[in-house]
Amino acid sequence: MREMYFVEAINEAMIEEMRRDPAVFILGEDIRYGHGGGIFGATKGMLEEFGEERVIDTPLSELAISGSAAGAAYMGMRPIAEIMFADFMSICHDLIVNGASKFRWASDGKAGCPVVYRAAFGAGVGATLHHSQSPEAWLMNAPGLTIVMPSTPYDAKGLLKSAIRYDDPVIFLEHKLLYRRLKGEVPEEEYLIPIRKADVKRAGTDVTVGATGAMVHQALEAAKILEEREGLSLEVVDPRTLLPLDEDTILDSVRKTGRVVIVHEAPVTGGFGAEVAAVIAEKAIEYLNGPILRVGAPWCSVPANRNLERDFYLPTAEKIIQAVKDVIRYGGEL
Amino acid sequence: MEKEKLQSLYYEMVLVRRLEEKSANLYQQGRIGGFLHLYIGQEAVGSGVIAARQAKDRVITAYRDHGVAISCGMEPKVVFAELLGKETGCSKGRGGSMHLADVKLNFWGGHAIVGAHLPLAAGMALADKYRGSDAATLCMFGDGATNIGYFHEALNLSMVWKLPVLWVCENNQYGMGTSVERASAVSEIRQKASCYGMPSERVDGMDVLQVYNATQKALEHVRKEGPFLLEALTYRYRGHSMGDPERYRAIDEIEKWRKDDPIGIFREKLLADLGFSELTLDEEELRAENVIEEAVQFAEASPDPASETLFDYLYVE
Repeated sequence: MREMYFVEAINEAMIEEMRRDPAVFILGEDIRYGHGGGIFGATKGMLEEFGEERVIDTPLSELAISGSAAGAAYMGMRPIAEIMFADFMSICHDLIVNGASKFRWASDGKAGCPVVYRAAFGAGVGATLHHSQSPEAWLMNAPGLTIVMPSTPYDAKGLLKSAIRYDDPVIFLEHKLLYRRLKGEVPEEEYLIPIRKADVKRAGTDVTVGATGAMVHQALEAAKILEEREGLSLEVVDPRTLLPLDEDTILDSVRKTGRVVIVHEAPVTGGFGAEVAAVIAEKAIEYLNGPILRVGAPWCSVPANRNLERDFYLPTAEKIIQAVKDVIRYGGEL
Repeated sequence: MEKEKLQSLYYEMVLVRRLEEKSANLYQQGRIGGFLHLYIGQEAVGSGVIAARQAKDRVITAYRDHGVAISCGMEPKVVFAELLGKETGCSKGRGGSMHLADVKLNFWGGHAIVGAHLPLAAGMALADKYRGSDAATLCMFGDGATNIGYFHEALNLSMVWKLPVLWVCENNQYGMGTSVERASAVSEIRQKASCYGMPSERVDGMDVLQVYNATQKALEHVRKEGPFLLEALTYRYRGHSMGDPERYRAIDEIEKWRKDDPIGIFREKLLADLGFSELTLDEEELRAENVIEEAVQFAEASPDPASETLFDYLYVE
């Protein structure tokens, strides 16, 4: 099968959807000319194919971007708003949590808000405190909202196409470290991946590792090492849609393994992992042979120092391995 | 304006006044929860602006939305049912006073975060421009909203993209209890349009015909050229909301503005210059009173929504 970079999969998904549906258009900062199609190249070639009417450069004006995208979606358009860095989601926050996500409910189902807010998130490139964050937990407590975070080019393409066709607002978070470092198989023929469906990235029997975004790859690395070194069998579950959560896939895995480690890149406190841990505790505690452990960033902001960012701030395969060993030690022999 | 339309405009303004008086009453009896922001004193703005719109034009406003909802065609019984949180309200008792909406009337709501609906209006206008429609979006907001970032980003964007949006500032001279002079670097709000090279006009917001004529002219510009800022100078007789003790303004200031009552001014004009009889206008007043009485009875007799309906339409599926 052909392979492509993560960012190329994003690009292809948008191009296919814009060819399919004239109501789809994209707006954002520097998406026409900057670096040949957005600062990460996600909109490359789109201006040439779809013209200025459908590939719309905006001022650096996140209130206007997030609000006008939502307003156009109220009218039945299907805008894709590119929020250059996910950290800037904080500026859009009101229009997302008080506007877009509440509109279907407040209009008693008479209208919806089919908008996609795409944003590059995540640390690991030395971009520090305003260009490196993972904002999913900021947005988790908003009924009506859907948050998607793909980990592979295959998932990114199939999920983005589904998000664009989705009738409710979707926050689509793309890890910037994966854009041009991760290549993966993407079939030529069209496919969709359903929203709200988790994926078991590696089947196993001893410990469930739930991981999101770029952390899926750290979890897979940890699983490989532990299998080779210790003969342990880790099951890696990628929720893909963080909100609303596919609880069944996660609980099925937990009931099988009885041991859980949750990994995400945002700080542990108040993070996505806390929600997952609560769901497991509420619905499957009798299956657990040890504490639910979380691996995430420490309670500080993303530092400029590259060594500190890589080794201290970011979760790594080594940290995941340690957590897995702790869970097993607590629960006694396998 | 033809006679029939003048008469129905008068009826509508009286209807809004009676509706608001009755709402205040119900609120004082503790039958409406939350906050209640009355439109009394500002009727000429909503009625004048909406009278100039075509059915295809979209309307979006802030939380002081009862009058605008009525002008857009929402029935008083639906308004009262929503205020009382009943199943027969426009959003089945979910939104309440500040979130009246009915997209079938092209009325896109009542929004209660100050200024946040301005970028939404820009997007609504963008959608019409994108589709090649000549519909305009009428976005109404208070003077207080012009001090928040949303206003400036939305006006700038609308001008950069030449969007068909009419910005209507209802300058009632107070943002909650803070006067426009104390809150805004310029108290004549229309001046703010000049920062964006946007044409603007300030009209007497107590004169419904002036508001109507100015809106018509502005809408012509909006359809052909792009955005326009219309400022209507008005005054709300009641506090910001029902809980407002109004310690920030003098009684004689309120009395002075009451003399310029928009309904009184319009009535005088209808009688003196436009050939209406006292009898005709009195009949319209009586009709409005009856409609309000029946509307309240309808709302009170309506059932509460079932709790499980709160999960309806949270998501599409």
